[in-house]
Amino acid sequence: MDYFLQSAGYILKGCTITLKLFFLTIIFSLPLGFAGAMAKTSKVKILIYLMEAYTSIVRGTPLLLQIFFVYYGLPIIFPGFRLQRFNAALLTFILNYGAYFVEIFRGGIQSIDKGQYEASKVLGMSYFQTMRRIILPQTIKRVLPPIANEAITLVKDTALVVVLGIGEILRNSKEIVSRDFTISPFIIAALLYLVLNYGVVLFFKSLEKRYSVYD
Amino acid sequence: MIETINLCKSFGDLQVLKDVSFSINKKEIISVIGPSGSGKSTLLRCLIDLEKPTSGTILIEGLPIAEEINGKQKFIKESVIQKRCRKLGMVFQNFNLYPHKTSLENIIEAPLIVAKIDKKSAIQLGEELLHRVGLEDKRDVYPAYLSGGQKQRVAIARALAMRPDVMLFDEPTSALDPELIGEVLTVIKELAHEHMTMLIVTHEMSFAREVSDSIIFMDHGRILEKTSPDKMYSNPDHPRIKTFLDKMIFKTD
Ligand SMILES: Nc1ncnc2c1ncn2[C@@H]1O[C@H](COP(=O)(O)OP(=O)(O)OP(=O)(O)O)[C@@H](O)[C@H]1O
Ligand SMILES: [Mg+2]
Repeated sequence: MDYFLQSAGYILKGCTITLKLFFLTIIFSLPLGFAGAMAKTSKVKILIYLMEAYTSIVRGTPLLLQIFFVYYGLPIIFPGFRLQRFNAALLTFILNYGAYFVEIFRGGIQSIDKGQYEASKVLGMSYFQTMRRIILPQTIKRVLPPIANEAITLVKDTALVVVLGIGEILRNSKEIVSRDFTISPFIIAALLYLVLNYGVVLFFKSLEKRYSVYD
Repeated sequence: MIETINLCKSFGDLQVLKDVSFSINKKEIISVIGPSGSGKSTLLRCLIDLEKPTSGTILIEGLPIAEEINGKQKFIKESVIQKRCRKLGMVFQNFNLYPHKTSLENIIEAPLIVAKIDKKSAIQLGEELLHRVGLEDKRDVYPAYLSGGQKQRVAIARALAMRPDVMLFDEPTSALDPELIGEVLTVIKELAHEHMTMLIVTHEMSFAREVSDSIIFMDHGRILEKTSPDKMYSNPDHPRIKTFLDKMIFKTD
């Protein structure tokens, strides 16, 4: 039992890195995705093309490749530009999840009936007022479920940074496994991911409930 | 109040409005009838800047939102067009209420953020309007919990909240179950008694006959005839109108 607690403690330490990566990614990629969606639904051609390139490249290539690219590739293109391992991972995650959120927000905005814009226009509202007061509040409700899905995937994707040797949940458990030749650390890791995702699910459930008052 | 001169509108190769010229005076009520696809909605949508006319002139209280001079369209700034269109209110066939706002919030949204009146007077105005359309008990209810007729009455109240000089109705009862049409028509009739200037696209023939000062019959993007309700329904100049009306009245009775 003592041994179990000791391993759990070590793996939990890795949990702080995992959580840090998770929260920082969410905090930065959601606004990025939102801004990208506004650009993509605007009428400015150049913005639309830029966003199209960004989202198709990021969504069409493996996250693992992107991590390698940012950490090992960028210093080759820009000599001297080497990010710390965690920062490289974080930057990649923000750009990667940002691209998925662009598409989610864009889909949400475009799913709002055009009658909502027309009603707002004939009442004299500007485009900005219409977006802020009418379109976006309805969009948020519609994008919550897909964003929750992404958040759950993100919890699991954080394990990928093990390839950079960052000491998060998976790496720490693997260390104990190879040292002590026991599988219990993997079980502890699995439980941790499950608990984290349970928290994510509960959080989004409560948000969805708050937004469900109107139908 | 509104005047159009040689108003034309095309969607690509499809000419939807062809040289439409008409005017509606203060306190006048005009109904627009005609077969599906004849351009009735497009006409209304051009008047309130939901569509840009291809050519021609539209004057709102004497001021242009589209103007043709010597065969050329004059440029008018968007902000100017928008300001002039604020004299008009519009009610849509499918209500277009804001689903995330209660009846009251739907009504006071534009007064608050466009007309920028203070919240207290906005709420008072909203409650008055709800009373006027007979829905004071639905003040805090979301549209999803309203019947079609109730939704349309809220939509009418919402348009009235901006105190328009002219109300445009595009088939306000076409999306409603037959038993709910009456309550909406009653609200519009009350507006008629208060001498609101109104342009109403409708398929409700007896209603049109009852409230209108004159009736426009549209066909293939043109005004085929504009005349008094009595003449339109008893002996219109065009035999085509008679055929259409016979069919309509047969269908609705
Ligand atoms: N945005 C658009 N793009 C292309 N064609 C359009 C558009 N809006 C309308 N039309 C076409 O213009 C014609 C006139 O349409 P409009 O909606 O004005 O007719 P309507 O008289 O209101 O018919 P209804 O009684 O069915 O409502 C139709 O043939 C329609 O398909
Ligand atoms: Mg129509």
